Amino acid sequence: MLDAYPDNRLALILLWGFSALVMAFLMLPTLVVVPLSFSASDLLEFPPRAYSLRWYENFFGSATWMAGLRTSLILGTLTATVAVPLALLACISINRLGGKAALAIQGVLLTPSIVPGILLAIGLFFVLAAQGLVGTLFGVLVGHVVLAIPVACIVLLPALARFDWNQVQAARSLGANWARAIGGIIVPQLRLSLLSATLMAFLTSLDESVISIFVASGRNSTLPKLMFLSLRDQIDPTIAAISTLWTAIVVVVVLIVTLRQRS
Amino acid sequence: MKSLPITIDSVSKAYGAYVALDDVSLDVQAGEFLTLLGPSGSGKTTLLMALAGFVRPDSGKLLLGDRDVTRLAPNKRDIGIVFQNYALFPHMSVLANVEYPLALRKTPKAEARQRALDTLARVKLEGLSERNIAALSGGQRQRVALARAIVFEPRVMLMDEPLSALDKNLRETMQYEIRRLHDDLGITTIYVTHDQREALTMSDRVAVMNSGRIQQIDTPQRIYDRPSTRFVAEFMGEANIVPPGSVRRVDGADASRETVMIRAESLHLDAKLVGRNGVALEGILRAKAFRGENWLLTLALDGGQEVLVCIPAALAGGCAELVVGQRVTAYAPAEKVHAIPGAIA
Repeated sequence: MLDAYPDNRLALILLWGFSALVMAFLMLPTLVVVPLSFSASDLLEFPPRAYSLRWYENFFGSATWMAGLRTSLILGTLTATVAVPLALLACISINRLGGKAALAIQGVLLTPSIVPGILLAIGLFFVLAAQGLVGTLFGVLVGHVVLAIPVACIVLLPALARFDWNQVQAARSLGANWARAIGGIIVPQLRLSLLSATLMAFLTSLDESVISIFVASGRNSTLPKLMFLSLRDQIDPTIAAISTLWTAIVVVVVLIVTLRQRS
Repeated sequence: MKSLPITIDSVSKAYGAYVALDDVSLDVQAGEFLTLLGPSGSGKTTLLMALAGFVRPDSGKLLLGDRDVTRLAPNKRDIGIVFQNYALFPHMSVLANVEYPLALRKTPKAEARQRALDTLARVKLEGLSERNIAALSGGQRQRVALARAIVFEPRVMLMDEPLSALDKNLRETMQYEIRRLHDDLGITTIYVTHDQREALTMSDRVAVMNSGRIQQIDTPQRIYDRPSTRFVAEFMGEANIVPPGSVRRVDGADASRETVMIRAESLHLDAKLVGRNGVALEGILRAKAFRGENWLLTLALDGGQEVLVCIPAALAGGCAELVVGQRVTAYAPAEKVHAIPGAIA
């Protein structure tokens, strides 16, 4: 992109400057919590007057926070495990159906990513309440899977569109049933896209707070829900410590996946 | 290996208003090499895909031997298929591609390996078994696709324009090799192509298709010399369709009362090359072109009809001297004049 302005220094400087501003705008709100988390004060203050690790100790020493962390990680893993295979099968049928039917199914599948989260959460609450599932891990899982399926589909649909379907027909003619054709031919070749879809589904669940606030309770409260509650009840820099850890974990996971895709 | 006959019984398939197969019936004998020939959209690939199990006919029956496979899943049909784009598995080595159908059949590992290697040797790919698919040339990929389709000893083979991606020289080599492979293995084979020369060269019988129907099923020679419809006549090569009255007998007897087909290469300029029963066509030379192995002359008959005359270069003594606009008489032996029933020129 920058090659287009090899001679015009001013344009080059402006372009770089503008790009740097955009990057800063994107990054600063995330980074501002990092110094807050190392504050020695009882209040969220910027810049902190003294530094300590007490809020990290507080986080790791708290049974409530640890339960939340555990719930979030389990839920994220389960969400990815359930949502990605479902999304793959859905994308295969969208890809094969074609035409108006495929568009309709695609539309329905992507709705949860378009509908405001709060509406989804209210709806889900009533559905789960009727089944007596409010407050269960399963209930939250259902909500997160519903949110993660469109995310996984957005990653998988273009990958399937590039896939040579004749290979599946060849596998079928050579004696493979559907399951073996999908597992032996499609999955290995869509490995990278499936990995991305899994990561996105995991992060969708990890990040989700609205459904968790409505549906999760007690032992099954996720970390984002506990963070919201804590912000409401007692503002202290533990939140900043969690956010910092959170960001670090996500950055590391994304880096690992990206580097694996590169190699 | 026991090959099976194929019976296609009144098979129809429509996509909305578009009729892809219109009541097609065809019997292929065990061990036969039959080619479905036709232009694109003629239904030949749809018919092949119905046999493979990827297209479900709206009506009619498909039988392999005595077994009705019309509604059988593709993976249970035991048919070897070679796809137009080969459809090799790029995430597997050459050997793994060929072993794949054996692995699905739970053949013991050592035996599967040996059979895959033997089959690769049969298609002349010894020493390439560990290669990646991406590292192969088009011709080599074609051979891997063949090996993969025959390694599990299917009793029926289907090939969907398998040579269309290869250049001309390689095509001719592969035509010969596919036919030799067929003769060695004796597998009943249905081969799809839109190339009439390929169909004539390779097949025991050719079924010419158009608009979802089989126009004619016959030996290559009869398809070429004795087409039953005008479509077949024109699809198979340079065919002159001549209306009644434009042809006279050399001995002066009655002219033809039917529309006839005369192939361009059946016409000569020398009356001595045709017998007393031969026919003559008279017209004005409109164009002449030297094509290396032959001359192509275009005559305008007195009725306005244009006729192509193809003279082999070896017999074309006088062609170079012909002048456009001069009157020329072309002769054809009687047995090369074929009446086409119902055709209107």
